[in-house]
Amino acid sequence: MSMLEVIIISLVKILVIATLMLLTVSYLVYFERKIAAWAQNRIGPNRVGPAGIFQPFADVLKLLLKEDIVPEAANKPLHTLAPIIALFVAFSTFAVLPIGPSFSLFGKQIPFVVADVNIGILYVLALTSLGVYAITFSGWSSGSKYSLLGGIRSSAQMISYEISMGFSVAGVILLAQSLRPVAIVEAQSGWMWNIILQPIGFITFLVSAFAETNRLPFDLPEAEPELVGGYHTEYSSMKFAAFFLSEYANMIISSALIVTLYLGGWQIPYLETLHLSAGLTVALQIVAFIAKLVFMLFFFIWVRWSIPRFRYDQLMNIGWKVMFPLSLLNLLWVALLGMIF
Amino acid sequence: MAKKNRVKDLSFSQRIYIVEIVKGLALTFKNMLKPKFTMEYPEVKFDPPASYRGRPVLAMEDNGQERCVACGLCSRVCPALAIEVRAAETENEKERYPEKFEINMLRCIFCGFCEEVCPEEAILMSKDYELAFTNRQDGLYGKDKLLTPVSRLQDRINFIRQFK
Repeated sequence: MSMLEVIIISLVKILVIATLMLLTVSYLVYFERKIAAWAQNRIGPNRVGPAGIFQPFADVLKLLLKEDIVPEAANKPLHTLAPIIALFVAFSTFAVLPIGPSFSLFGKQIPFVVADVNIGILYVLALTSLGVYAITFSGWSSGSKYSLLGGIRSSAQMISYEISMGFSVAGVILLAQSLRPVAIVEAQSGWMWNIILQPIGFITFLVSAFAETNRLPFDLPEAEPELVGGYHTEYSSMKFAAFFLSEYANMIISSALIVTLYLGGWQIPYLETLHLSAGLTVALQIVAFIAKLVFMLFFFIWVRWSIPRFRYDQLMNIGWKVMFPLSLLNLLWVALLGMIF
Repeated sequence: MAKKNRVKDLSFSQRIYIVEIVKGLALTFKNMLKPKFTMEYPEVKFDPPASYRGRPVLAMEDNGQERCVACGLCSRVCPALAIEVRAAETENEKERYPEKFEINMLRCIFCGFCEEVCPEEAILMSKDYELAFTNRQDGLYGKDKLLTPVSRLQDRINFIRQFK
């Protein structure tokens, strides 16, 4: 392929992924409210458009029209930089996560991933750690004690849980013997999903993912009853929306990462025994990926409305004394698996 | 400071959380499928029971005659000082009627004391709960707004006869 072709194909893919991300994020907010309502025997937003499906657009429009307030005591450059980092991290991570297998179009093999890099998992871990800066900066630069407390909490929390997250991922990498997300998915063909091979690793990764995305039950950085709004207390208008969007985008990335690493990505067991045409197989596999992703997103929201928030010392206890040893145990288990088979 | 020794009688399965979390998730999921309680207000309106204390109104007989005899008890008992009554005499001997009867809905606290104290069943708490107004003058409800035919208040009259 010539350079031009590569650029054009990549640009198209970036455009599609970015648009889909934005749409999914806005509808995620809508479904969060809907599922919250259903769990509480309510109906939820249903005024804007049929069944309220235009609610996210109304919300965004409202936020755009709000006044952008920067506090007097704020460090203005950092205050502005923080939401930008948050958005950048949230939207660039999806680049390495494969949606489907590669397919041929006009005689060219096109993989269903923006960038099929061989250190994809490292890239994801690096970028998600960068996300801590957004929250820490916003907390520190706002010049408000609530923001600062939220920022400090989140940096401590994310650093603690990154360790168990990394060790859980190490188990996956050990089995797939590659850092390429595509190779990891391909290693989970049939029923060889990592959730079955290493359930403990799945649980530690899942819990760490909740902590990394600051979702309940680990949403201490923005614990409303204690910290007003947490790190984004002093943000308004589109800057607040940027944090809001990045939070939900992080949810999508975490779900996609869980699907890629543990739920077999686009794999459907026994699909090859049906002898379908190549195009249909790819289409089905993409649908499978999206279905798994949607289930994970539902799970994230579902958990939010089921489990209460942890206390801060409990959070640290679980992170260091439970999740870290468990992820080490999982690594040992995977190593044993690798030795036997 | 003495160290508190709290006894926790949690079983092993409770201490590893997972079973309990699954139970909690099952509970919330069951609730998602249950019928919803929400009443979609502007389209569906709440029909209050007879015991509901809505806007106080003055009862008017079917022939257009008001029941109120302007004794002023309601005005006297009103804890929020919301009622103003000015009496005048009718053509009949010894009978009075309210020349002016005004309830300040900005002050009314819907306690129902006026209804309780009324010897004539003239002032009654209706089921009306849509009481928005856009300026303070509109909050003064005069006789034009207060007089309501008895037929529409029968529910409440039965209720207070039974329970007062």
